[in-house]
Amino acid sequence: MKKKRVIPILLHKEGWLVQSKNFNEYKKLGNAQMAVQRLSDWDSDELIYLDISVNPMFTTNRSDTAAPEYLNLMELLNRVSKVARMPVTIGGGISSLQDIENRLRAGADKVSINRAAFKDPILVQKAAREFGSQCIVVSVDYLEVDGLRFPYASGESGLFDSSVCLTDWLLKFQEVGAGEILLNSATRDGNKCGYDIEYLDEISSLLTIPIIASGGAGSWEHMAEVLSKTAVDAVAAANIFHFQDQSVYLARKHLFSKGLPVRPPSIG
Amino acid sequence: MNNQVCILDYGSGNVTSVKNALDRLEIPNIVSNDPLAIERATHLILPGVGAFSSSMDKIEALLPIEKIRNQILKGKPFLGICVGMQVLAEYGHEFQLRKGLNIISSTNVTELPKSVSLPHVGWNSIKILQNHGIVRGLKDEADFYFVHSYHVSDIDQNFVVATCDYGVEFPGIIAKDNIIGVQFHPEKSQSNGDLILRNYAGLH
Repeated sequence: MKKKRVIPILLHKEGWLVQSKNFNEYKKLGNAQMAVQRLSDWDSDELIYLDISVNPMFTTNRSDTAAPEYLNLMELLNRVSKVARMPVTIGGGISSLQDIENRLRAGADKVSINRAAFKDPILVQKAAREFGSQCIVVSVDYLEVDGLRFPYASGESGLFDSSVCLTDWLLKFQEVGAGEILLNSATRDGNKCGYDIEYLDEISSLLTIPIIASGGAGSWEHMAEVLSKTAVDAVAAANIFHFQDQSVYLARKHLFSKGLPVRPPSIG
Repeated sequence: MNNQVCILDYGSGNVTSVKNALDRLEIPNIVSNDPLAIERATHLILPGVGAFSSSMDKIEALLPIEKIRNQILKGKPFLGICVGMQVLAEYGHEFQLRKGLNIISSTNVTELPKSVSLPHVGWNSIKILQNHGIVRGLKDEADFYFVHSYHVSDIDQNFVVATCDYGVEFPGIIAKDNIIGVQFHPEKSQSNGDLILRNYAGLH
């Protein structure tokens, strides 16, 4: 039986694992490589690693942590892939086929394309042809405003053209060959209010490619809700996985005990 | 002579993942396409991720195919992973009709049914149909990580060690003499994947 996936998202900013709230507040949580080791030890189904660094050269400027220092994303990715016993998707700063190839070479299994996919959907098509749809995830952040939903780019550039509706963008990405959509409500980001069930239900029955739901997880029960009420293929979250020992195990244990089709909880 | 696995590198994205997994399991390995290295190795692995025809293009451009064929004929264990398994077939039908390596003749690589969401990505269980060294110690219904939209079809049932169900029952593990193929990614399948890789390294 095909299982639904439970996927931790790690946000990486200049050498640190960070917590984000509404895309504008960032709190440093710790070492970005050690977090991967932990999530791997807890038999996480998969990992999504999003790099939101502004500066391409990293240093945590700390020598007291006994944690390895690394200088750039590729070096970090190299080390991360050595400890990850599960598939790793890497996102952030991807705008060319070369960017994708570099990340796959460094040990990523999939890449997630965000802004560049909106600017040039043909890049998604070319990437799918070159590397196969299965390793191309299009990552979409959106805002919920008065019951309407708009694609959203974090950072200075703000909103995309709001005359094109979110659903049309997602259909477009499917058409050009995206293998999966990571759909994240920026409005719910860090707010622990539960997933956007209404839209996830609508879009997961409309699209034929897998949808990864993200944004709003405040409890394992929120995950159970989205898996039981919508046809999404995976449920993702960031903050909730980083503050509790064996979080991934506990999440799957909760979902498994409710009879949802997830892998039985285990520790590696 | 000590075991050494040679991982063939035709630019497929997951070479690093396969190497990392073998390193972690302390299975001696090298990444090389050098005919001498291929001959010296005790086991070969053809990793894979991506589309059939572009993979075949790269395989033909970068790998010493006749050398590999010859080593397989001599009985050297060979493991194809995902597309690395699919290219053993005679024909692929992804995007366009493309001839494969035809190491297992009369087989095709065809698309999963449209009734399920594609690609098939994530964890799915396999059903073991026959005893084979490659599945030694593995529980039936063990979960593995899959990422693909196409699968091997029209294969002699005697070669099917395990199947997986996703809209259709398709071969999850195949074995013909010293040639093994797995549709899932053992290098990304945690303890079940580790078991497959260890079993493979133990085959002679």
